[in-house]
Amino acid sequence: MFDWLLWFTHMENSKPLALVLFFGAFCGVLIYVFTGKQRAKRLESYKYIPLDDEEPRPEPHDFARDDPRARIATQSRKVMDNER
Amino acid sequence: MAQSSALPAEQYNFDIVRRFMIVAMVYGVLGMAVGLYIACELAWPFLNFDIPAITFGRLRPVHTSLVIFGFGGSALFATSYYIVQRTCQARLAFPWLAEFTFWGWTGGVALGVITYMAGFSQGKEYAEFEWPLDIAITVVWVCYILVYVETVRRRSQPHIYVANWFFMAFLLAVALLHIFNNISVPSGLLKSYSIYPGVQDAMIQWWYGHNAVGFFLTAAFLGMMYYFVPKQAGRPVYSYRLSIIHFWALIFLYMWAGGHHLHWTALPDWVSTLSATFSILLLMPSWGGMINGIMTLSGAWDKLRSDPIMLFLITSLSFYGMSTFEGPLMSLKSVNALSHYTDWTIGHVHSGALGWVALVSFGSFYHLMPRLYETRMYSQTLIYVHFWLATIGIVLYITSMWIAGIGQGLMLRGFDDYGNLAYTFIETVEFMHTPYIWRALGGAFFVAGALVMVYNMVMTVRAARIERVALEAKLAAKLAKA
Repeated sequence: MFDWLLWFTHMENSKPLALVLFFGAFCGVLIYVFTGKQRAKRLESYKYIPLDDEEPRPEPHDFARDDPRARIATQSRKVMDNER
Repeated sequence: MAQSSALPAEQYNFDIVRRFMIVAMVYGVLGMAVGLYIACELAWPFLNFDIPAITFGRLRPVHTSLVIFGFGGSALFATSYYIVQRTCQARLAFPWLAEFTFWGWTGGVALGVITYMAGFSQGKEYAEFEWPLDIAITVVWVCYILVYVETVRRRSQPHIYVANWFFMAFLLAVALLHIFNNISVPSGLLKSYSIYPGVQDAMIQWWYGHNAVGFFLTAAFLGMMYYFVPKQAGRPVYSYRLSIIHFWALIFLYMWAGGHHLHWTALPDWVSTLSATFSILLLMPSWGGMINGIMTLSGAWDKLRSDPIMLFLITSLSFYGMSTFEGPLMSLKSVNALSHYTDWTIGHVHSGALGWVALVSFGSFYHLMPRLYETRMYSQTLIYVHFWLATIGIVLYITSMWIAGIGQGLMLRGFDDYGNLAYTFIETVEFMHTPYIWRALGGAFFVAGALVMVYNMVMTVRAARIERVALEAKLAAKLAKA
């Protein structure tokens, strides 16, 4: 009943099969990545993720204007992510 | 895109990142200094001083473990914990488990080094830890995976940025490699025997060894590159779609390439041919990734004139390109017949390890340090000094090893008209003496650069503390007035 499984145990069968499967999968990834304008746009939009996390230098909040502790705390950070 | 109004220092766990970064620098300087010492031992053997603990055979795994696992591993813990938080915009999961990974990893490397110097080793290259330490490292690694994957799961950002893909592939692959290569039968507290017999043991070892390079020293550091190069450049990576192809091609192809370490041995010929084939194919994703990283600077090349951190990052990518061209070349059976068992291999490894791994780590550290301590680097000039010391050191190192290795290979294969060996072994050793001195000099340059970095970092932290104290004093004075 399961004799057909023996076909896979022969290297001359399993090696070309593996080649076809892996090469097919790789071509699938290539086609997926490089076709479709909307998909391309969506995929390329992800490259901004590290830059989206730029933290703006916080301005003192309204509540902080009269509170020296809060004002200093919100102004104390010196280096921005887009600075050296 | 998700954005948080909280300050990063409050939103994220930076304490663990800081500690791993400091340990990476300590282990880095120690490991590089040991490397310099054993390079000197090879040039001037009297430096063994007949003390077993400091002979080349014992110090060599001390050097490799300190730089790969101590420096490289800790740098990866630091940067991966930073990157996963920043790109997922989520605080690190399981802080107590992350704390455990810090003590477990740092302690594991220290214990491993002590056991090597005492003469305990499995005798497997880059996997010399004896079985109790292997088990301990497995536990730490599983905790690392849990922390990382859970942080990704808790992300505020819908998409998982490509740097995290590289880190997750590294986490999974290193777990598999470590566990399967180290399966052994203990015969004492610090002695064990591999369960794999003969050539199978060699094949498993080099499946591990090459993928340690592929996943530990390449994939994970590419994760670092895909975050820090765009961040430092202030512009997105050249092509996100290329990074996807880079990822899938690289992780698929690397797994098959280990057999090229065993050309012309008892390993079946088809296995070593298959490995060489995959090694040649690896050139394409490797160079695709390099181009993707370098082209991130497209339109902003002037940054290389004004930003020493960018110099570190882009030069590291250039060395990555160079060593990933040299690797496939050396995997060819005909080239390997000359290069294997010679110092060319050592030069190749160091062009990748120093040129790629160390430089990209240094660049990332210089980017991270001001952000983690909320200050500026103490000295930009010292960053330039470090860069040139490191670059000159690497060039001296790899050129001297090309001369030593290719010369050694040619001499070992030289025959006279009657088919006798043209040179005795000791003649090859004499030939290599001068390149060995140049190699030690190159190493000295590199270690000097690392010491400059440590000085710059220490002064940066001190300045940050002084600034903080001054700020607190100012605050206290204002509050007293109010």
